[in-house]
Amino acid sequence: MSKLTFARAINAGLRKSLENDPKVILMGEDIGSLGGVFRVTDGLQKDFGKHRVIDSPLAESGIIGTAVGLAYRGYRPVCEIQFDGFIYPAFDQIVSQVAKMHYRTQGRVKMPITIRVPFGGGIGSPEHHSESPEAYFTHTSGLRVVAVSNPQDAYTMIQQAIASDDPVLYFEPKRRYHDKGDVDETIDLSTALPLDKAAVVSSGSDVTLVAYGPLVKTAKDAAMAAADDGLSVEVIDLRSLAPVDYPVVEASVRKTGRLVITHEAGQSGGLGAEIAASITERCFHYLESAPVRITGFDVPYPYSKLEMHHLPDLDRILDGVDRALGRPNSLSGLEG
Amino acid sequence: MLTDQAGQGVHHDTPGPGQSAQNPLRTGGDLLQLVSPEGERISHPEFDVWVKDVGDEQLCSLYEDMTVIRRIDAEATALQRQGELALWPPLLGQEASQIGSSRSLRDDDFVFPSYRESGVAYVRGAHLSEIARVWRGNASYGWDPQRINLATPQIIIGSQSLHATGYAMGVQLDGANTAVLAYFGDGATSEGDVNEAMVFAASYQAPVVFFCQNNHWAISEPVRIQSHVQLADRPTGFGIPSMRVDGNDVLAVMAATRVALDRARSGGGPTFIEAVTYRMGPHTTADDPTRYRDPIELEDWAAKDPILRLRKLLEAKGLLTEDVEARVKAKADAVAAELRSSCIGMADPQPLDVFNHVYSTPNPWIERQKDHYSRYLNSFNEPVEEGAL
Repeated sequence: MSKLTFARAINAGLRKSLENDPKVILMGEDIGSLGGVFRVTDGLQKDFGKHRVIDSPLAESGIIGTAVGLAYRGYRPVCEIQFDGFIYPAFDQIVSQVAKMHYRTQGRVKMPITIRVPFGGGIGSPEHHSESPEAYFTHTSGLRVVAVSNPQDAYTMIQQAIASDDPVLYFEPKRRYHDKGDVDETIDLSTALPLDKAAVVSSGSDVTLVAYGPLVKTAKDAAMAAADDGLSVEVIDLRSLAPVDYPVVEASVRKTGRLVITHEAGQSGGLGAEIAASITERCFHYLESAPVRITGFDVPYPYSKLEMHHLPDLDRILDGVDRALGRPNSLSGLEG
Repeated sequence: MLTDQAGQGVHHDTPGPGQSAQNPLRTGGDLLQLVSPEGERISHPEFDVWVKDVGDEQLCSLYEDMTVIRRIDAEATALQRQGELALWPPLLGQEASQIGSSRSLRDDDFVFPSYRESGVAYVRGAHLSEIARVWRGNASYGWDPQRINLATPQIIIGSQSLHATGYAMGVQLDGANTAVLAYFGDGATSEGDVNEAMVFAASYQAPVVFFCQNNHWAISEPVRIQSHVQLADRPTGFGIPSMRVDGNDVLAVMAATRVALDRARSGGGPTFIEAVTYRMGPHTTADDPTRYRDPIELEDWAAKDPILRLRKLLEAKGLLTEDVEARVKAKADAVAAELRSSCIGMADPQPLDVFNHVYSTPNPWIERQKDHYSRYLNSFNEPVEEGAL
């Protein structure tokens, strides 16, 4: 067991995948001698060569589109999109090509492409550097979408993503890159929790709180604070955003009868809406109150002096827990 | 792996550097022509060597292939008008570009086409039913790409140029002696992806040939909306050499493609070919070109018809015997009949097929929807009890 930062854990996972499979290649802007703007690929080009860790031209559609061709040729490309807000030029290649090639060819052509995306806010960046675009991709059939929340998962899940024959969008919470945690580098991938499974990270009986990526830590902090108030909050780390592991969420809601979902992305059409609807369908008779969403606002990601208002924090989440429980809250007395 | 459907033994290998003193690449400029519109063989000091193996039999075989794919095109258009195909993108007028380029490929080369390269698919060995089923709506793909080294047709304009470049990068990583060819049209040169593909191809010197069929029209938009310079002049800005070739001259197309493929295989990097041709039909059967196209323009290009040109050359050489004519006609008739019967006799896909192959591993969201829809379909077979509603 070693103590690694989030960024080092991904680096170690990438290294392991490069070592284990000669068909794995990394592509992206500045990932070579610089080691990526967040240093996630630090040292990999030096050790594996320029042909395996490729500094690409500054063209996101080009990065993903050439990865499609490399996958056609039998390679397993791992593409880095430098920042969440830069993924849009590659959107067409991701949703029209990467996502659909397996379906289009009825399984004749596989797209084992991993797309790493540092996402989310909280680091005081300018525009286009703090977005949460995951819902665009969870809405697209053919893609698997995951978000990691701790160094161990970061290490394990990057290897599982690369080993997956399906394309995987791998969202990395950039504000957690420097958080440290225990990482078991000898973990057996075949017995580790599979890529598409959710994890109950703290158990409770009064309310189910669903989070992913950067907000898992905030949700855990909120659960601890709620415990001081005598409330028992069960926190679920979704890990997989497409598909969502509904059986785990369902089992929790059947126990607690109440559901709060939190994410940094805006509310409309977001993952929280999907989870609220699906859980309502599946657990209607178990719900004691309507599901509650605590999310970013439906605004472009704001300039950094305002981002703390946009991002769900511990207190907003606790206010949501109070709403789910029918306790006095900021919306008390408001109809609808 | 691939079959030469004409069976006439046209050499798929290019002559190679050993047979040619130099690779006669040039950039943009004059239109390369080896056969005039009147059917006269024009000798060219640098390019002749690249087609010197194309003798009488091979010329007849090229004529046969071009005639056959024109017939496929006509039959498919008829099938669409009869409601048997949902849509068809005609290739009428582009036979020399498609046959000249695809007959230059080796079996182990890999090709990324757009949606209009049905003639290329025929040469690569796709079955006629595989060509038809996409347009009938029975499948999203025709042939197994790995079986005939031909990617599934690409509908999004220009996307495949990046796929070809990435594949070529993989060829480089493998150290293989394989060329990759991407087909696209003049409209695609406006797309970001084609331009990004040229950036990547030049940066890594990938063994890819960009084969642009400039058929002058992107649905209703003329090529002048796409570019203020000749398309063949564009790649030079990316550091990619190019050739501008008469796309209605099958020999010239073949020579240029062989030069580019040889360059790719021998580590020379990417090449861009602008095959100047003309789409004599509509963009697809859903289109009406009389709304945007001057009929005189069509007449001018009809005079440069690629099959007519080769026919004149064959006649001048005394090769168009009754035997040859009869053989070509019989082949075209047989292919058209097979296309028709395989199209009409095609089994419909099954309802639950809609859920298959979204992922290579099971996805519980889709499994659940499939299960629910299956129950729904089955409910039609179960008697509804009186008063159940």
